[in-house]
Amino acid sequence: MNWIIAPVLLPALLAPLIGYVMRHDITLARIASVAGTLLLAGIATGLLISASSGETEVYFLGDWAAPFGIVLVLDRLSAMMVFLTAVLAVLVVIHAVATGWDNKGRHFHALFQFQLMGICGAFLTGDAFNLFVFFEVLLIASYGLMIHSGGKERLQAGLQYVVMNLAGSTLFLFALGTLYASVGTLNIADLAVRVAEIPPEEAGLVRVAAMLLMVVFAIKAALFPLQFWLPASYANAPAPVAALFAIMTKVGAYAIIRIHTVVFGPDMPALDGMIGDWLFPAAIVTIALGGIGVLGARRLMPLAGFSVVGSMGTLMVAVAVFTPEATTAALYYLVHSTLAAAALFLVADLVITRRGTDNLQAMPVTVQNGLFSALFFGAAIAVAGMPPLSGFLGKLLILDTIRQPDLIVWAWVAVLTGSLLTIVGFARAGSMLFWKSTAEPVPDLPEGTVPPPAARAMEVMPALTALLLLGLLAVLAGPTTNYLEATSVQLFERSDYIGAVLGTGEEG
Amino acid sequence: MEIVIASSIATLTAGGVYLILRLRAFAVILGLALLSYAVNLFIFSSGGLTVDEPPILHGDGIAGYTDPLPQALVLTAIVISFGMTAVLVMVSLGAYLERGNDKLDIHEDEDALSGEPDAQ
Repeated sequence: MNWIIAPVLLPALLAPLIGYVMRHDITLARIASVAGTLLLAGIATGLLISASSGETEVYFLGDWAAPFGIVLVLDRLSAMMVFLTAVLAVLVVIHAVATGWDNKGRHFHALFQFQLMGICGAFLTGDAFNLFVFFEVLLIASYGLMIHSGGKERLQAGLQYVVMNLAGSTLFLFALGTLYASVGTLNIADLAVRVAEIPPEEAGLVRVAAMLLMVVFAIKAALFPLQFWLPASYANAPAPVAALFAIMTKVGAYAIIRIHTVVFGPDMPALDGMIGDWLFPAAIVTIALGGIGVLGARRLMPLAGFSVVGSMGTLMVAVAVFTPEATTAALYYLVHSTLAAAALFLVADLVITRRGTDNLQAMPVTVQNGLFSALFFGAAIAVAGMPPLSGFLGKLLILDTIRQPDLIVWAWVAVLTGSLLTIVGFARAGSMLFWKSTAEPVPDLPEGTVPPPAARAMEVMPALTALLLLGLLAVLAGPTTNYLEATSVQLFERSDYIGAVLGTGEEG
Repeated sequence: MEIVIASSIATLTAGGVYLILRLRAFAVILGLALLSYAVNLFIFSSGGLTVDEPPILHGDGIAGYTDPLPQALVLTAIVISFGMTAVLVMVSLGAYLERGNDKLDIHEDEDALSGEPDAQ
């Protein structure tokens, strides 16, 4: 039994079962979906333990030899990403079930499982065209989730999101066509071998393909100038879906880390480090836009959306340096920012449900004001990168590992100013939501309306768990960075990857 | 042969981009369809254009064959873009029925980010 295919196969089998067999029974669908997600988390843990030995495992689909067939590759990086996806999915699915979001529209759980299938597949595949296919799987599921439970604004934002991503997919195909025309393969390991052999004077087409691919992944990762779709989409998506989307931007970041390190690495003579030269300024501007957006947001959900943009900028600053040390920092911040964004969206959902609106204005206090303000405070300091949660360590690691003299000033100024703007924005939002509201008189309720009920333990649990995990990530920063260091060493030592996929002895 | 394929890809792409920039749902759907036709032709030609040759090796060596991989890729791309177009039509139909117009621009009549009506 080969477990590498399991994270793709399990949701792929479960989703149609939920969609067709259990479509009229929400209880059954909930049980199946939660159980499936927990099982996925179990499998992901197993894969993580298996990958931490440092061996790159390969699964040949249909037993076709690479580079002719499609391969799935499990190394430390992909195992870590699948594990992160599974942990996030467990939190999100429990939140969706506890708050009843999954029952506000149809087929939530089926789409949710298809989404997990696409995300896990994108992290595991070792083939560029197969990456495109898994991108489409996760996108088509996300279109459904994005407009889950309907509504005017949500459908409008959903339409924009679909059009944006369809244009991105077309660009992805153009990039793959260009790549195939110039090197004649789409297997990532084989690409790495062939691109390394291309001399700089014949590299025109490959450079075009590399840039096109970067643009495609930048759309997913919400990098300037392609970040504009994100705040409107995340702000109008159902909150649990927005929390799950926290991993979607990281799919783009992962693809850049994987493809632009293994295939188009800075040491390739054909590329001459051009990717980092473009990526770094884009990431700096993204941080600025995120910070300004957080400061200017007049509603809670766009505030959270813009904070995601800012955190993607911080993440990509570290990725753009393309050194093993900076990649270690980037991966640590990636784990942190995924969980932090998810926690923020889950808390925002609890608050908005009680308040009835997500406008940032003083309103009479709702039930459990103290609990929600504490949760929001926790999520806010996580997103802004304040101690004691892991964002602080993540930003410190990033700033510490950027040593290039021409980059260091930009990185420090951008990351620190971005953090300041985020802190001010969140402080203002928090004091408006929870503090000034206590001064508002509580009006008498009109006849027949019921005040929103207090949150039950199960509703608060996922958000609280996400915050606890962030605390744990800070406490266990030592072991985590050890694993991540090994991950980036393995990533930059690409002969390992190539040897495992193409069979030892064939590597060039 | 090359000039025909290349100019048809260029025409389809130009038309597709122009229609997408109209920012009305119907035009955008047609534009994305044109773009997907263009990219299908592009992928098809990425293995090199050969006339009247089978996509398999046959008999004595590799003298006459056309690269089969782009054909497999383009088949996948066609299926996916077909499905995606169907989803897009359904979503834009839903948005049209909810709002009463098919404009894509979110800030035109309501500011979705601020929740307040836009003065423009």
